[in-house]
Amino acid sequence: MTQSEFLNIVMPFKDKVFRLAKRLLISTEEAEDATQEIILKLWNNKEKIAEYKNVEAFSMTMTKNFCFDKLKSKQSQNLKIVHSNYEDKQTALQKQIELNDSVNWVAKIIEDLPEQQKLIIQLRDIEEYDYDEIAEMLSMNQTAVRVNLSRARKTIREKLTNTHNYGIK
Amino acid sequence: MVLNDIEKLLNKYEKGETSLKEEQVLKTYFTSDTVAPHLEMYKPMFTYFLVNQQEQFTKDIPLKTKRIFIYKWISVAAVVVLMLGIFFNKPGDVGTIDDPEVAFNEISKSLAMISNQMNKGTSTVGYLNEVNKGTSTLGYLSEIENTTSIIFKTNR
Repeated sequence: MTQSEFLNIVMPFKDKVFRLAKRLLISTEEAEDATQEIILKLWNNKEKIAEYKNVEAFSMTMTKNFCFDKLKSKQSQNLKIVHSNYEDKQTALQKQIELNDSVNWVAKIIEDLPEQQKLIIQLRDIEEYDYDEIAEMLSMNQTAVRVNLSRARKTIREKLTNTHNYGIK
Repeated sequence: MVLNDIEKLLNKYEKGETSLKEEQVLKTYFTSDTVAPHLEMYKPMFTYFLVNQQEQFTKDIPLKTKRIFIYKWISVAAVVVLMLGIFFNKPGDVGTIDDPEVAFNEISKSLAMISNQMNKGTSTVGYLNEVNKGTSTLGYLSEIENTTSIIFKTNR
């Protein structure tokens, strides 16, 4: 397989890989690195690409696993600073300003969702995949995907309604 | 799109039962300007989804071909060949002769060759004699000295 053939396969979904990585890792730089890593992994195994049924779904699964690994290793590497024992008024102010932008609310709300729901929202509402594709990527069954999606959507709606009606977070 | 339908769709949407097409309908409705006031809170959500679809990966991908890999192994192969060469090229047959008579002949032959060459070398050195000749002709200068000494004697 030549480089251009490979790029023809990979290019259509590289942005999806990147957005999924960003959804999980949050930082843009980390997501870029992760995407590079994923594509390089695919390139190194390019002989096997023909054997995969659905390269895109396979890459999304790879991305998911890769990001989970990253998150895990980070948690074990870094000391966590717990903010529970003191209050930082400045960040609260900053947060307020950020949240004034209503689209950012959604980002924040999604960020707070459990990882599984985050993934499903990303795959369904942003990337618009079929349920069976999502089920394949996450190796879950379709009903589980639907249940998780429904929960995530409800949470987002509830939180949005709250912010909309009362202006609380 | 009738408001009633949108509300129904939203209900289905929340249960995770909408098809991709129906979700597309919701997205277009909520990104338009005519959103019913009591549904206003859905607006940021759908806008967010649409905005996030646009985000792109812009970093380049350094795809390395396998060639570099081969170059690396060429140097290894060269070292191996060198090592093997040194290992197997031990001085084996240098022409040892068992029979003493033949050996004597061989030795005298090669010694004769050496002395031959040696003579050639010394014969060229023979030209050094010419220098001696030169100095002997210089001896005539002493004759001049003799005459001068005679002249000086008479002067005294």
